[in-house]
Amino acid sequence: MCGIVGLFLKDIRLEPELGSMMSSMLVTMCDRGPDSAGFAVYGAETAGKIKLTLRVSPNVDVESLVRRLSTLAGTSLEFVNRDTHTVLTIPAEFEAAARLEIAKDSAVSIIGSGRRMEIFKEVGRPDHVARRFGLDAMTGTHGIAHTRMATESAVTTNGAHPFTTGPDQCLVHNGSLSNHNAVRRELIRDGLKFETENDSEVAAGFMTWKMRKGASLEQAMDASLSALDGFYTFVIGTETGFGVIRDPIACKPAVMAETERWVAFGTEYRALVDLPGIGTAKVWEPEPAKAYFWDRH
Amino acid sequence: MATIDLAHMPIRELNAALHKLRPNTNETHWRVLNPRGQHSIAVGLDAPVLVEVAGHVGYYCAGMNKQARVMIQGNAGQGVAENMMSGIVHVTGDASQAAGASGCGGLLVIDGNASARCGISMKGINIVVKGSVGHLSAFMAQTGNLVVLGDAGDTLGDSIYEARLYVRGKVKSLGADCVEKPMMDQHKAELKRLLDSAGVNGSADIGEFRRYGSARRLYHFHIDNIGSY
Repeated sequence: MCGIVGLFLKDIRLEPELGSMMSSMLVTMCDRGPDSAGFAVYGAETAGKIKLTLRVSPNVDVESLVRRLSTLAGTSLEFVNRDTHTVLTIPAEFEAAARLEIAKDSAVSIIGSGRRMEIFKEVGRPDHVARRFGLDAMTGTHGIAHTRMATESAVTTNGAHPFTTGPDQCLVHNGSLSNHNAVRRELIRDGLKFETENDSEVAAGFMTWKMRKGASLEQAMDASLSALDGFYTFVIGTETGFGVIRDPIACKPAVMAETERWVAFGTEYRALVDLPGIGTAKVWEPEPAKAYFWDRH
Repeated sequence: MATIDLAHMPIRELNAALHKLRPNTNETHWRVLNPRGQHSIAVGLDAPVLVEVAGHVGYYCAGMNKQARVMIQGNAGQGVAENMMSGIVHVTGDASQAAGASGCGGLLVIDGNASARCGISMKGINIVVKGSVGHLSAFMAQTGNLVVLGDAGDTLGDSIYEARLYVRGKVKSLGADCVEKPMMDQHKAELKRLLDSAGVNGSADIGEFRRYGSARRLYHFHIDNIGSY
């Protein structure tokens, strides 16, 4: 099962409502994936800065970690705590040093980074997860979200989606890959690191790897069609938009809707019914093996 | 006319009310509001009534239908009219995958497109799609007719038995054991009857359609023995 949703706003007047719109979409998909949930929101950027989303164990003193990092950076770093996650804003040139320092603490992990992207994911019912992180009040231009019914690996926070694929990039997956172990081995040989035994993380890694080699997102999505065996619908968030691709057999359901104000993706149409103007939206099923992309530029 | 607002009534109650209808019921016209993509709306009907659903529906709408005429004013999710026995199901928008799957009888009309596996394992249902159908449509289709006014996707009619497929547009590829067959007078008459029943009424030229069916090389049943069954 699993449920995935994506929302891309064309009308900037809707940006303050991104979180509440996404929240209603995500919560509707609870019964497709009650094990865990996660989402990525693309919010405001600050020139010269990047955001690191950290997942921290309850026993970690976040303030002392931030103090330590601030001393190293030579400037006071801003951070926002949301339940088990902390979003830390740092000067872009400080990223490598910050990563080294954070890596010293095994109770803290970096689950996403970028100029605009923040990622939140936890085990538990999607509506609870959305509430714990305060998704309702988040603002931004676009976002993607996932509700998971675990099949290929354990129900853990690490196994929850989205999986990051690089700065400001992440992926959610509905489906199941059958050759993920083989692809993972090849990617590890080429220097990629994986946190889990999860198949979707391999899909995210594959996209990252293709783009590192110079492919555009669209080319990476096309390449996944021949490299990844199994069934899947992927929604991939980037700094400026999101992409959708389904495997050629297209077992997994998918619905898209578009108005002049927004574009939305949902595993089922039910996820979209509360969006403003849905009654007159263009609603269609994305074609198999065809990459769709919406971009702010 | 009975109006049911699904914003205030669970699907189970709607379906239970429809299941109670007797063949001679006076409540022959139902209108269902706010379907909001919910699943299993108006399934298992067995009475000669009209049910209009005002909006997009989720999975399996009008599944197992007998006698009733179900009109979906919007798009339908997966498996619309699956296993239909008789009656008419009409989708004014697009239908998702497996429309009319395993249908044994009746007529399914889709004004827009149907996606993959339309008419999979059909067993006597007639399906008229005014737009195009996706890949693997009429997979293992046993009997009945699939009429497509637009194009058909990959592997049309894969492993087909005795269903007849009429396509006006392009067929991307034919599946195993599915071949083009000549349009004889009887097929033209049958196609005209199907188009008329779907309300196409002369706007489509019969001469533009091509017929596809089984080469009968794949399954062990031999057509010469049809009288024995």
